[in-house]
Amino acid sequence: MGAKIEIKNLHAVVEEQPETPILRGVNLTVNQGEIHALMGPNGSGKSTLANVLAGNPAYEVTEGEISFNDEDLLEMDPDERSREGIFLAFQYPVSIPGVTVANFLRQAINARMKAEDPESKGISIPKFRRMMKEKMDYLGMDHKFAGRYLNEGFSGGEKKRAEVLQMAVLEPKFAIMDETDSGLDIDALRTVAEGVNKLVGPELGVMVITHYQRILDYIKPDYVHIMFEGRIVESGGPDLALKLEQEGYDWIREKYGEPVAE
Amino acid sequence: MVQEYIPSEKELTEEETKLHDVRGSYDEQYGFHMPENYNFKSEKGLTEDMVRKISAMKNEPQWMTDLRVEAYHIFEEKPTPQWGGGGMLDEIDYADIHYFVRASDKQGRDWDEVPPEIKETFDRLGIPEAEAKFLQGVSAQYESEVVYHSIRKDLEEKGVLFTDMDSALRDHPELVKEYFGTIIPSDDNKFAALNTAVWSGGSFIYVPPGVEVQMPLQAYFRINTESMGQFERTLILVDEGAYVHYVEGCTAPTYSRDSLHSAVVEIVVKEGGRCRYTTIQNWSNNVYNLVTKRAAAYKNATMEWVDGNLGSKLTMKYPAVLLMEEGAHGEVLSIAFAGKGQHQDAGAKITHLAPNTTSQIISKSIGKDGGRGSYRGLLKIVDGADNSKSNVVCDALLLDDESRSDTYPYIEIDAKKVTMGHEASVSKVGEEQMFYAMSRGLNEAEANAMIVNGFLEPLVKELPMEYAMEMNRLIQIQLEGSIG
Repeated sequence: MGAKIEIKNLHAVVEEQPETPILRGVNLTVNQGEIHALMGPNGSGKSTLANVLAGNPAYEVTEGEISFNDEDLLEMDPDERSREGIFLAFQYPVSIPGVTVANFLRQAINARMKAEDPESKGISIPKFRRMMKEKMDYLGMDHKFAGRYLNEGFSGGEKKRAEVLQMAVLEPKFAIMDETDSGLDIDALRTVAEGVNKLVGPELGVMVITHYQRILDYIKPDYVHIMFEGRIVESGGPDLALKLEQEGYDWIREKYGEPVAE
Repeated sequence: MVQEYIPSEKELTEEETKLHDVRGSYDEQYGFHMPENYNFKSEKGLTEDMVRKISAMKNEPQWMTDLRVEAYHIFEEKPTPQWGGGGMLDEIDYADIHYFVRASDKQGRDWDEVPPEIKETFDRLGIPEAEAKFLQGVSAQYESEVVYHSIRKDLEEKGVLFTDMDSALRDHPELVKEYFGTIIPSDDNKFAALNTAVWSGGSFIYVPPGVEVQMPLQAYFRINTESMGQFERTLILVDEGAYVHYVEGCTAPTYSRDSLHSAVVEIVVKEGGRCRYTTIQNWSNNVYNLVTKRAAAYKNATMEWVDGNLGSKLTMKYPAVLLMEEGAHGEVLSIAFAGKGQHQDAGAKITHLAPNTTSQIISKSIGKDGGRGSYRGLLKIVDGADNSKSNVVCDALLLDDESRSDTYPYIEIDAKKVTMGHEASVSKVGEEQMFYAMSRGLNEAEANAMIVNGFLEPLVKELPMEYAMEMNRLIQIQLEGSIG
């Protein structure tokens, strides 16, 4: 059986506002090889869930558990989670001036190798070069991209493509795409989504977080969940996303809570 | 500036070194000290008699003795500057310092001629190894004097002079007399006066017209004894159309008592010449580092200071360029790392004295564990130096809330048409950056080091590969926080 991520009764707050619960009892299981879409209106807690899964210290889990391959994910630092196979494609990736995309990825690979074996010398140079070329060619990316400082002066589309490249290189078992479609025009969206599709397969579990149906035209989900006020309130197949596309979120608001002040 | 799309093997080898080579602490690698089997060690304290004695021991000509004595009195009279060190300068106990220590009675031309414990010191610092690999000349100063010196034969045949300052005074008295103290006179400041009074060692370089020295000449300055004062004096003369890259490194053992390092460096670059002077200052945290460095660049000449300050208790150093004639270009690239208990007051001084001169100052400072870094710069464009251009960029990166960064840019412009830019920024290593890097598998230390190295990258890539590696390695040691 492949890797599995299990979220049970998860409650979380933002460190800065511990009085305001954001996640209020999330339950979700994603198996390797499955694609789940997580949809919901602004402020429903989607990005918080993504950050909590990746271990962002700005969030605090107050209740519940997350297991990954039967290990307690909440006990792990972000880097350990990454090395275990969790990957977060950031909604707003920060820039790291002076560090090229290639340099960043090489250090990420070396960090993995050294965490496993402190004596490791890291990936050999020719091997790294070959691997980078291979991945970039596979994703149809210009090799020059690897020499740019990470996210420095990148367009919205370039940032998202850089995230997909990182995902391709790090080969996670479970990837969270946090609003990978936001801020992209339709061409950029297609390019990014095609990249993600190339990485999808039986070895990868994916959670696609989005407001809109349109990215799901490219990345076909097996399951769709609707998040509202910190909980997953509806789950279903791809039809559910289409229903949202046609009807919006009002019926969710009516069914599950007080109308949210705009 | 965008690099090659995928790093070359050279860059990656450097990367590997960065990540793997650093395990030891400062104390282990640089902070050790050796037994003293010295030829002469002066009593502590400074008097006119001591100044005369140093001069006599070196058999100097009368003019030098007179210059020293005069400078000694200037030093005595000049008040201690109250800026820069924030009162730290007042703590220097001049009576508690050995002003002249002769470790060996002769200078080796071969490492085997150097006393064993001194040779072992430089072996541990990797100097002979570097010499064999990529240097064209090496000078090694131990305490007050140069104990080892070499220059490649081909350079000697081209007429390049590279020797220690004491030998230069003996062997090339006319050249020394012509330039010594002309760029930095004794009364320039208190520490220039002190250096002139008690100077010993340092380098003398002359590069004849049109000669380009392809590989660097390097000097290494080592303090071994406790409460030591090291006062090397360097004079570099780059003749018309000539080029030289001079590199200096320095370290000392970690002691509880303070030492004083106060050097003077004078440089003349004649028409069309170019001089690059790189410093990797890595003194232990008990050393006051108070250095005056100044260059005069003539028509179409270029002077570049690359100044890396990683060690010391207090550094006050502002490499200066006087742009004397049209077309001269001056550049200062400076990196300062201020860790626990350290104050790096570093910067640059550029004076445009002629039209159509250009200059650039790039300063990067990093503060950690309460360290304090200041950029102090003077940019002066005199009346008549029209069409001059200057650009100043100073960035600081703070690794925690206790560290501090200040910027003191002084700008005086009296010329009419000038172009000048000034940018300053202070940033903190953000939690978001750390989380981003860690979410890709880097642990906290690795993520921190990566962000710092990235911050310094625009400067470090200006260095020859060997020094870039050295710089990265030293920064990693600093980041590990194992000093002192």
